[in-house]
Amino acid sequence: MKDFWQRFRRNRGAVIGLVLLLAVILIALFAPLLFPQSPWKMVQRPFLPPFDMGQYPLGTDALGRNVIAGLAYGAQVSLLIGLVSTVVSLAIGIPLGAFAGYFGGWIDDSLMRFTEFFQTVPSFALAIVLVAIFEPSVMSIIAAIAIVSWPPVARLVRGEVLSLRSREYVEAAVLSGQKTSTIIWRQILPNTLSPIIVLASLMVATAILLESSLSFLGLGDPNMMSWGYMIGAARTVIRQAWWLSFLPGLAIVLTVLSLNLIGEGLNDALNPRLSRKGK
Amino acid sequence: MPSTHASAARGNKMTDPVSSASAPTPVVTITDLQISLPEGADRPYAVDGISFHLNAGEILCIVGESGSGKSMSANAMMGLLPDLVSPTGGSILFDGIDLLTLSETQLLDLRGKRVAMIFQEPMSALNPLMRIDDQIAEVYEAHGLLTPSERKKRAIELLTEVGIPEPEKAARAYPFQLSGGQRQRVVIAMALALEPDVLIADEPTTALDVTTQAQILHLIADLQKRHGMAVMFITHDFGVVAEIADRVAVMQFGKIVEEGTAKEVLDHPTHDYTRKLIAAIPTLHTGDASAPIETAPALEVIGLTKSYRSGGGFFGGPERIVHAVKDISFKLGTGETLGVVGESGSGKSSVGRCLVRLQNPDAGSVLLDGEDMAHLSGEKLRTARKSIQMIFQDPFASLNPRSKVGRIIAEGPIAHGTPSKQAYARAAELLELVGLDPSAIDRYPHEFSGGQRQRIGIARALALEPKIIIADEAVSALDVSIQAQVLDLLDDLKKKLNLSLVFITHDLRVAAQICDRIAVMQRGELVELGTADEIFNAPKQDYTRSLIEAIPGRQRELEAAS
Amino acid sequence: MLRFIALRLVKAAIILIAIVTLNFFLIHAAPGDPAAVMAGEAGAADELFLQQLREQFGLDQPLLTQLWLYLVGVVQLDLGFSYRQQMPVAELIGARLPATLLLTGTAFVISIVFGTLAGVMASARVGKWSDTLISTTALLFYATPLYWVALMAVLLFSVQFNWLPGFGYETVGGNYEGFARVLDIAKHLVLPATTLGLFFMAVYMRMTRASMLEVSTLDFVKTARAKGLKKSVIQRRHIFRNAMLPVLTLAGLQAGQLVGGAVLTETVFAWPGIGRLMFEALAQRDYNVLLGVFFVSAAMVLLFNLITDILYRVVDPRIRAS
Repeated sequence: MKDFWQRFRRNRGAVIGLVLLLAVILIALFAPLLFPQSPWKMVQRPFLPPFDMGQYPLGTDALGRNVIAGLAYGAQVSLLIGLVSTVVSLAIGIPLGAFAGYFGGWIDDSLMRFTEFFQTVPSFALAIVLVAIFEPSVMSIIAAIAIVSWPPVARLVRGEVLSLRSREYVEAAVLSGQKTSTIIWRQILPNTLSPIIVLASLMVATAILLESSLSFLGLGDPNMMSWGYMIGAARTVIRQAWWLSFLPGLAIVLTVLSLNLIGEGLNDALNPRLSRKGK
Repeated sequence: MPSTHASAARGNKMTDPVSSASAPTPVVTITDLQISLPEGADRPYAVDGISFHLNAGEILCIVGESGSGKSMSANAMMGLLPDLVSPTGGSILFDGIDLLTLSETQLLDLRGKRVAMIFQEPMSALNPLMRIDDQIAEVYEAHGLLTPSERKKRAIELLTEVGIPEPEKAARAYPFQLSGGQRQRVVIAMALALEPDVLIADEPTTALDVTTQAQILHLIADLQKRHGMAVMFITHDFGVVAEIADRVAVMQFGKIVEEGTAKEVLDHPTHDYTRKLIAAIPTLHTGDASAPIETAPALEVIGLTKSYRSGGGFFGGPERIVHAVKDISFKLGTGETLGVVGESGSGKSSVGRCLVRLQNPDAGSVLLDGEDMAHLSGEKLRTARKSIQMIFQDPFASLNPRSKVGRIIAEGPIAHGTPSKQAYARAAELLELVGLDPSAIDRYPHEFSGGQRQRIGIARALALEPKIIIADEAVSALDVSIQAQVLDLLDDLKKKLNLSLVFITHDLRVAAQICDRIAVMQRGELVELGTADEIFNAPKQDYTRSLIEAIPGRQRELEAAS
Repeated sequence: MLRFIALRLVKAAIILIAIVTLNFFLIHAAPGDPAAVMAGEAGAADELFLQQLREQFGLDQPLLTQLWLYLVGVVQLDLGFSYRQQMPVAELIGARLPATLLLTGTAFVISIVFGTLAGVMASARVGKWSDTLISTTALLFYATPLYWVALMAVLLFSVQFNWLPGFGYETVGGNYEGFARVLDIAKHLVLPATTLGLFFMAVYMRMTRASMLEVSTLDFVKTARAKGLKKSVIQRRHIFRNAMLPVLTLAGLQAGQLVGGAVLTETVFAWPGIGRLMFEALAQRDYNVLLGVFFVSAAMVLLFNLITDILYRVVDPRIRAS
């Protein structure tokens, strides 16, 4: 654990990413305290530019809503959806991949055909169709993102399990009479953890991008203020108030960037052999 | 046929190798060479102040175990050291120039033309996406010699010289279409292309089967004589040294501990380390094992058959079937050690894996305690496996890096219902039995060396108190001195616990040392089965004979014995 | 090779059938009456019209029969009828498809050419400032939402500097002919294709860099160095060609995302392709169009995949032989 932290710390970008992400998390957590009023409420005249009024430091949008409050509540939505959809994808992908990799044969074949299908389908288009048909809501968005995001997890876990399964210590475990479930749980899965953690951190980033894209197209949860929605709503007034599109976009970039940086740092720290080169 | 341009440039060095042998002139002189390792390595220098010279027309073997720094000096000559490793002192004089002072551009001119190199791994030493002749032609291209069509012509001539069958066809082939031995010949052809003064061979036969190894060694010695090159041959194997070396330098921990002619070093080693290394080599002497006593068989194998299918399926190409094990039968006596030897692809490992049911045989029976292992499943198989355990090849892959040693050993008995406390107590005893400190229980595998890990693997196999142990290349990944210790341990345990051993190995010396009887396999078939003495001294089959004759250093040992 | 292509086409057909089946079940899983879904739920479809639909699609028949009817329809290129636009979906898509193919094709080429180029440059100067610059830029693009880059590009290059047109496929009422028209379209194409390509450029760059570094540690590179070959030749002939294999695989996999990303780009740039059509259908809850576009974009992905697979076989003799 100490080693891990030391190796992580050596990647400067990862530390910056961690600080950024912590900031976003804090803002999301304290949004209701900082901005007790609903971000949907009109609080001032529309198109109030940033830095004009101390109370609304980032101004107001086309409907006079407080931009900074919107950003803070948007952080909640992004993190929530990013995190939960990743957890759901892992819950689908890991067992599938582990099954396919461990048992091989026709189980592997059919599971991988299934995975391949989902990988071939244009994922964003599928997500749009799913959310549109099942009506936009937090649940449908999370489900759609998870459905299009699990295939890489399954493939990764399958590959790892496949190579670990023929590793000699796993064969030794088979010979020593351990049960298949014990072997998968105690001998194999713990050793696939590192790449899964790295992948998961990158998936949260991708999920946040996906969610923002959906809300940009008007497929966000109508009850939740999100960054993508803010950009989508400000798109038509970009000539009058460019900052309304710019600021939420910046928030997305910083959040996603921080997660990607953390992912790289985790990769350095957890797979030291693979990443030594080029650092 | 040497190419005219190259030999003309360097005069008549081919004319009289005898005179150069009588008055040795150094081609390369290495003085006080020091190569530093990156921070955090186990020692500050890979090579620490070594001096030696390489004479014209001789083969100098540099011998040492892994990590002795033997490859580093060769790579330093070519300017091909890995990143973070750099020469920090001394000189490498070649043709009056210190190679360490040359710029990259000057080195480019030297590489391939004056000094050439061949490597250990023939399977990965060639670019998989380029045809063979294109890769050979590149040598000329790199030095701006010949026209493209002449280069291709030379490529075919070179392939002919190194003895590749159907050279025209091989020239247009891709590397994956050639065998390991053939690929190594291609690499040698590339090295010969410009008639270099010095050939550096970095463990060129280590990855090859024993018969292929003998051929390649022969080829290198032959080419060396014909072209009058100086050869620096790096190896860990004293058998190879005996086959090929004129002179020998022995390295340990980055220093040269002994240097001399091959005869001096092999027959009268002066340094302790050299003596220890030579003593550790298993001899081919099979004598003292009295002919195996006829005992009740511990294991009986009848008609074991296994084949693998690849390809096929709905979207695959045509199906390919490899018959790994073809109708094999043998008995293993109680307390006996049966060797299964063969080259890669002979099916020897498949036999071992079928015996413990890591693979399911297609046909045949494996009779153990009146039960047919080959047809058990579920709970019955689990119970039966208690009496037949395995020791694996790779000491680094055979222990779960995330489990403590105690758990690794105790897991099996616990899975079979032994109370955990008792299982751990037994693990401590077993560690002591295999010569490790019982405190190892609370440590992780990565804290141990290769030899120690192999001992842990043995303790794990013993934990279930088996009657039979399958050792699959169990000492192949170890340095020779460690190998000897582990072999002794196995022999000792076998006697103490009255075990029967199936010892699978590609190394006939190891087999000679430890086995009572030996089964020779080739392409899935059991070619010959006999006592170790019969196999080594009176082989009945041609294949067995060719295997025995290919053992490096055998000739010398026979001469020394008579 | 022909056999290979034939096999891949069979496989593609199976995937397409699976997608059609998925579409079919989506219509049925959607809340509400399938007929109403098909007509567009917000539509003012009267009961008589819905009844007509039910008969036409056999909605009173067993589910499997319906699926069969639906499949047969798709095979005859009948993707349903858009009751919003009063036009068959296939015709709607057919009219919009060329624009999307142009956009995604250009973006694909841009991203792969510039992405691998940048990756090669970065790997050649690993650890130096130029590597840091390229890698950091790639990391930024990788974290940036497509549609936002597009908006910012419009803001900067179209609104602010007025260098390039910020929306549409060609100048409305321009009436250009021949080469002038090509030029006009090309001008309109620059911003959408570049912004769509940026994200993927970053992906390919990172992959190429990593792959180049990985390959450069392999044994045959050492063999090449021992021959006395120049670094540039080794980079190009030995490392690059081998490093491109995983990049090609990735390129095939990313094609799906590229086609999906076109929905966003086309929306921002009012590019008259199927992505824009999908956006319009979204606003109108025109499910037939939505599913039709989904189907066609999946077919496009399969096409991209086939192309990269063929390229892979051309490059790698090992695959060709097996």
